[in-house]
Amino acid sequence: MSTALLIVQILNGLQLGVLLFLIAAGLTLVFGVMNFINLAHGVQYMLGAYLAVTFYAVTESFLLATVLALVATLAFALVLELAVFRQLYDRDHLDHVIATFGIILFLNHGVKLVWGAAPLSLPIPQALSGSVRLADGLLYPWWRLVIIAAGLGTAGALHALIMHTRIGMLIRAGATHGTMVSALGVNIRRLFTLIFGLGAMLAGFAGIMIAPILSVEPGMGDSVLILAFVVIVVGGIGSVRGAFAAALVIGLVDTLGRSFCVDILRLMMGPSPARTIGPAIASMLIYLLMAGVLYFRPTGLFPAAGR
Amino acid sequence: MVEAVLRLENLRKRFGGLVVTDNVTLDVLAGELHAVIGPNGAGKTTLINQISGLLACDAGRISFGGHDITHLPAHARAGLGLARSFQVSSVLPGFSALENVALAVQAHTGSSFRFLRAVAGEAALNEPALALLAQVGLSDIAGKPAASLSHGERRALELAMALATGPKLLLLDEPMAGAGRDESARLLRLLRALKGRFPMVLIEHDMDTVFALADRISVLVYGRVLASGPPAQIRADARVLAAYLGDGTE
Amino acid sequence: MQRLPALAGKLPARFVERELLPIGIFVLLALIPALARLLSEGYLLSLCGRMMIFAIAAVALDLLVGYGGLISFGQAAFIGLGAYAVGILSVHGMGEALISLPAAILASAAFALLTGFVCLRTKGVYFIMITLAFGQMAFFTASSLAPYGGDDGLTIAARNTVAGTAVLRGEHLFYYLAFACLLGTYVLCRVLVASRFGRVFRGAKENALRVETVGFDVFRFQLVGYVITGALAGLSGFLLANATEFVSPAYMSWQRSGELIVMVILGGLGSLHGAILGTACYLLLEQWLSGLTENWKVIFGPLLVLVVLFARGGLLGAYGKLVGRLRHG
Repeated sequence: MSTALLIVQILNGLQLGVLLFLIAAGLTLVFGVMNFINLAHGVQYMLGAYLAVTFYAVTESFLLATVLALVATLAFALVLELAVFRQLYDRDHLDHVIATFGIILFLNHGVKLVWGAAPLSLPIPQALSGSVRLADGLLYPWWRLVIIAAGLGTAGALHALIMHTRIGMLIRAGATHGTMVSALGVNIRRLFTLIFGLGAMLAGFAGIMIAPILSVEPGMGDSVLILAFVVIVVGGIGSVRGAFAAALVIGLVDTLGRSFCVDILRLMMGPSPARTIGPAIASMLIYLLMAGVLYFRPTGLFPAAGR
Repeated sequence: MVEAVLRLENLRKRFGGLVVTDNVTLDVLAGELHAVIGPNGAGKTTLINQISGLLACDAGRISFGGHDITHLPAHARAGLGLARSFQVSSVLPGFSALENVALAVQAHTGSSFRFLRAVAGEAALNEPALALLAQVGLSDIAGKPAASLSHGERRALELAMALATGPKLLLLDEPMAGAGRDESARLLRLLRALKGRFPMVLIEHDMDTVFALADRISVLVYGRVLASGPPAQIRADARVLAAYLGDGTE
Repeated sequence: MQRLPALAGKLPARFVERELLPIGIFVLLALIPALARLLSEGYLLSLCGRMMIFAIAAVALDLLVGYGGLISFGQAAFIGLGAYAVGILSVHGMGEALISLPAAILASAAFALLTGFVCLRTKGVYFIMITLAFGQMAFFTASSLAPYGGDDGLTIAARNTVAGTAVLRGEHLFYYLAFACLLGTYVLCRVLVASRFGRVFRGAKENALRVETVGFDVFRFQLVGYVITGALAGLSGFLLANATEFVSPAYMSWQRSGELIVMVILGGLGSLHGAILGTACYLLLEQWLSGLTENWKVIFGPLLVLVVLFARGGLLGAYGKLVGRLRHG
């Protein structure tokens, strides 16, 4: 276990963390303010990636493709909100789960019809496709650093939005006292649509960022969705700050766990059993973490007050 | 020397920076109706929640019938005979009125880890339940779902459920809240009929009710007991008048 | 002498729905083998058999979700555990049903007991998530068990023997075994719902705080319900492993858990026999739509959304509304 490997994996963990944050932020806001469980959030992420691939094929410019994909993601999210989700805010959680489960089925297989089932790829922009030398013998891909920077930057912007603007104040108030906010005359429907759109764009942005590294395929949102839910549950539903902290922790635990679990177990129990159960434990680590957190804090680490 | 059925000693509770219960010491004697009054925000409901076990106190001791119940969970306290009603009616909306009360009877009639016999026809539960409904005047709506009951009927149902547990102490959190004149009169008659059978702690804003029923009154202001004693003493207490009664409330 | 008021108000329509309909369902299911032979449709037998196996888990889930208000997104994990009990025992040469069946049920019940301890401390969406998490844990564990097939799954040499005899290989007998298990599950759940335990369990869904302050330890009651639901799913898993002679981590995926919830909703939540109808409806739709197009879920997805928006009570709800409209013009 060299230091270089450790540093690389820490950076990878941070990169996963900011990615999870981008997805979890929208999820936790939508849940916190509208009390709406959106299982279909993962497909927003997937759509962002697919749209970026298509727009890149048309424009040959990554920047342009990103902008167009974000706009298209937003448009789609708004249509979805108006047509379906709006009718469901007053219903109970089970209805949300079933309806958004149906949306997942629809989109996971819909993209197969439109784009085919084969995985697609998006090339990294030429200027950022190399690696940077962080130290002797330690190369790290530029693009991953871009993701970390973009993620942290978005987190900062979101923080500024929520803490220092009027809209942000409404979001914070809505998270804890929704009926009060609407009783004060705020157009609650428009607020909901805004929050939903914002969340969808963040998820789509995450999808666009990750597309050059992962393969773009149907169902890519499913595994990420589960991780995002783990993040918002551990962080505390309705809390963007909690989502940020939890996302980084979970990104690090998952990445470092997968890299070093087998090695650590080997020290404790010998190579053969370590190889058998190591991978299983590695995949389970974040769920064990979540179970542990919920046991001691049944509403997460930083729940929005009033939950 | 009358032994206290309920004794609160130096109870303390804070929410963040706000001290909601400030060193409260209180006695409830056998057979007495002890009213707790005070302005809004004085911490009366919080106090009841600590006594019934829904809220853990930060410091202090609660003893009930000689037992230290400070760390006992809510259901265990109910098992010992501590019954309560809620400020906002808390019943089981999908159950019929009868089933609501029968459930409360069930809690104190043998084990509920019985899986085979049908419960709907159990006379051992239904008969006491019907008797209680009659006592609070709800016989004719026994079969109606609780969700379809009027506000006053729900208040009465709550009371029936509290009585069903065979209480050794009854905590009543603003039973008159939202009740019309007729309902209030009916509830007053009911409470008067129950007086003396077991001790009661009554939180109320309706001063007529309080002075008509209470054997002793404690005044809670900003989480602290300002004064405690018989109604006449409280009515004459200058501090109480200044803090609460004299402010033209109600 | 006080007369017991007409509580349940057994109007004829409710009687039909609550008593005659389930009887009708079971009579129909009992006749399937004969029907299959008549129509020379051997496929009908295996389809209905599979439907009944999933229905066992769905009925148990309805007990938990419909009556207890506990939305578990991990029911598939219990099915998988039961199936893997059969599979793992068979790898080690133990193919006797009299051992495998109790093992399957015990394994699932034990997992339910352990996870229930943690899950039931949470409420609402936290509960949904943590049941999902435990389901995922089971899934990942199964995927990485290389000696037992890992990702690819495990083929079982043959169906379990019963006291040494290979009776389960007979399709008709196996069908009736599944039938008996489903009937038993249904009856058990109905009895539970109507019992003292059931009243407290249902009450916790209505108003857990009230039930607690009336003197019940709600946690304990919910834990018992959770374990019973898990154990019954283990039974389902035992039958599934024997029916398909194959076990795979896919049995435990969260998508499967989601499908189970859909099955319960489609039939009508909180009715028990609705879960059987819903399972049948789901599998029939799957059969029919996948015959139309490989991407049948593109149609099924929006269908689910429509059901949630307009047919919330599922099949039984729609039936009730139809009857209501016919009776009152």
